[in-house]
Amino acid sequence: MTNQKNKGWQKKKFPLTDFLAEYIIKSVAFICLAVIILIFIFIFKESLPIFSSQETTIQNEEYLQSETYGLENDQQFQIENEIKSISPEYYDRADLKNLTGKDWQPVGSKPKYGLLPLFIGSLKVTIIALLFGAPLAIFAAIYTAVFASKRIREFIKPIIELLAGFPSVVIGFFALTTLATLFQDLFHYQYRLNAFVGGFAMALAVIPIIYTITEDSLNAVPKHMIEASLALGANKWQTAIFVSIPASAPGLFAALLLGFGRAFGETMIVLMATGNAPLSTANILEPVRTFSATIGAEMAEVVFGDTHYTVLFLIGSLLFIVTFIINAIAEFYVRKRLFRRFGKEYDE
Amino acid sequence: MRKIILIILFAFFSMALFYQPNTITMKGSDTMVILAQRWAEKYMDNNSNLVIQVNGGGTGTGIAALINGTTDICNSSRPMKPSEREKLKQRYNSVGVEIRVARDGLALYVNNDNPVKVLTKEQIKNIFLGRTKNWKEVGGNNSPIIIYGRENSSGTYVHFKEEVLNGEDYTSSMQSLPGTAAVVNAVSKDKNAIGFGGAAYAVGVRDIAVKANPRAKAYIPTDENIKKGLYPISRLLYLYVRNKPTGELKKFIDWMLSNEGQKVVSEVGYFPIR
Repeated sequence: MTNQKNKGWQKKKFPLTDFLAEYIIKSVAFICLAVIILIFIFIFKESLPIFSSQETTIQNEEYLQSETYGLENDQQFQIENEIKSISPEYYDRADLKNLTGKDWQPVGSKPKYGLLPLFIGSLKVTIIALLFGAPLAIFAAIYTAVFASKRIREFIKPIIELLAGFPSVVIGFFALTTLATLFQDLFHYQYRLNAFVGGFAMALAVIPIIYTITEDSLNAVPKHMIEASLALGANKWQTAIFVSIPASAPGLFAALLLGFGRAFGETMIVLMATGNAPLSTANILEPVRTFSATIGAEMAEVVFGDTHYTVLFLIGSLLFIVTFIINAIAEFYVRKRLFRRFGKEYDE
Repeated sequence: MRKIILIILFAFFSMALFYQPNTITMKGSDTMVILAQRWAEKYMDNNSNLVIQVNGGGTGTGIAALINGTTDICNSSRPMKPSEREKLKQRYNSVGVEIRVARDGLALYVNNDNPVKVLTKEQIKNIFLGRTKNWKEVGGNNSPIIIYGRENSSGTYVHFKEEVLNGEDYTSSMQSLPGTAAVVNAVSKDKNAIGFGGAAYAVGVRDIAVKANPRAKAYIPTDENIKKGLYPISRLLYLYVRNKPTGELKKFIDWMLSNEGQKVVSEVGYFPIR
């Protein structure tokens, strides 16, 4: 096609760009991995001071007085003679006993950093979100994957996936203003903002994730299995319940886990719609305070390097570990199961 | 196309380089946001070469920003804590400069439909500590008390804890909301609710008249009662800066303390300091 000279020139140039492109793409992939690891290391490092034990002492009550400015002399004199209403600050530290307590009162003369109510709060909202969201999402996925005609499927699927791009602030605001009032008028419960409202709003955020993954795994069921079932005289319903769903069970499980991880780490919706009171009760109609909302509400205000600050980072590490483990299970365990189940066909 | 974009970007950058107005940032107390914004607007009208940025977020936020060096002035609705002063000292070798700029009454809001009009300080304390759980114990309807408060970053939260609760912990069932406006909004929607915040904010809710003790007279947080010191729960509002103010910053602070600046304080609904 081309003459010899050109060929030689191309041979020299082309491998170089090829080589560069390959390495750039490779390094980008590894940078992503490195960034995740670094973020985790940073968060964990910031929460480390908690684990180094210190002596509990009461700070000397010598009061560091700011300079004042813009006051007349007699007022200056008054300030010096004023009785300070500030109670002495105890040297606060978060030991294991404090961290497993039932009170979250991080600001005050004796700070209490009990993580239990926050954990219960997170769990409550997440479970409510899954109770509402998971059945809806899974049934919708079964409908679109098994029963719906192609036209309907191509109409419904993008719409549900659009929900995934819905800003959580918008969902939170909607829950705070509209849903909360609506539910209180319907059920007449005591607290306007509570775990139930927050969980219901959160369901809107987890539905698209669960739906998408369930739908994909249902579609991954090998065609010949479904055809065999139909050939043996089973109708669509029986095929769906006895063939498609058991075959894609690991995918369903993965979808639930990823939904759980998403709900557990979601901040804005719970910050706006749950009332943020650190209660540790089983009642879902009471306000709750979650891990993520606590970080969201308090991180901007803490003094850097404080015990409060390190406790917030500890919460961050906990969130990271929980969601990481759950996502890892979903990713590795489930994929292995699927591969084993369908052998090579899963790739097709 | 790319050329056009580059030219536009270049134009922006060069503008940014040549046009550098002096900026002063104020950050901190949500209670003082309205006041600070008024001050900033008024002052910028007369000094067009200056830009004053006002941010809320809570007193704790402001003080953290002051310590981290991301704001010039911190608006504070409580005195700085010793631990915060120490942090400042470690970083800047100065304990900060305190400027008292205004006085504010701390109002208790209830819903307009709530028959309770008067509470003593002791009753308020018991409500917020979770000992009094029902309105009928303080002369209201037979219904549970729903408590709204502020996030623990807020100066109002800390001041209320110090002054009314004597430093004890709020009940866990207090729902914390971001900002006084959110508290007022929640109380206006919830007929069994009680909340607290600056006296200047009460719109669509009712202020409770407070007695210092059961025998005292009850006062509502009106201008006059707070100015005369009759209303039992009031506090000072402060500005904090890192070092003795100089230059533009000093001018601005002096203006806030002048008669003109103090007039703004009254307009917004607070009480002048001098």
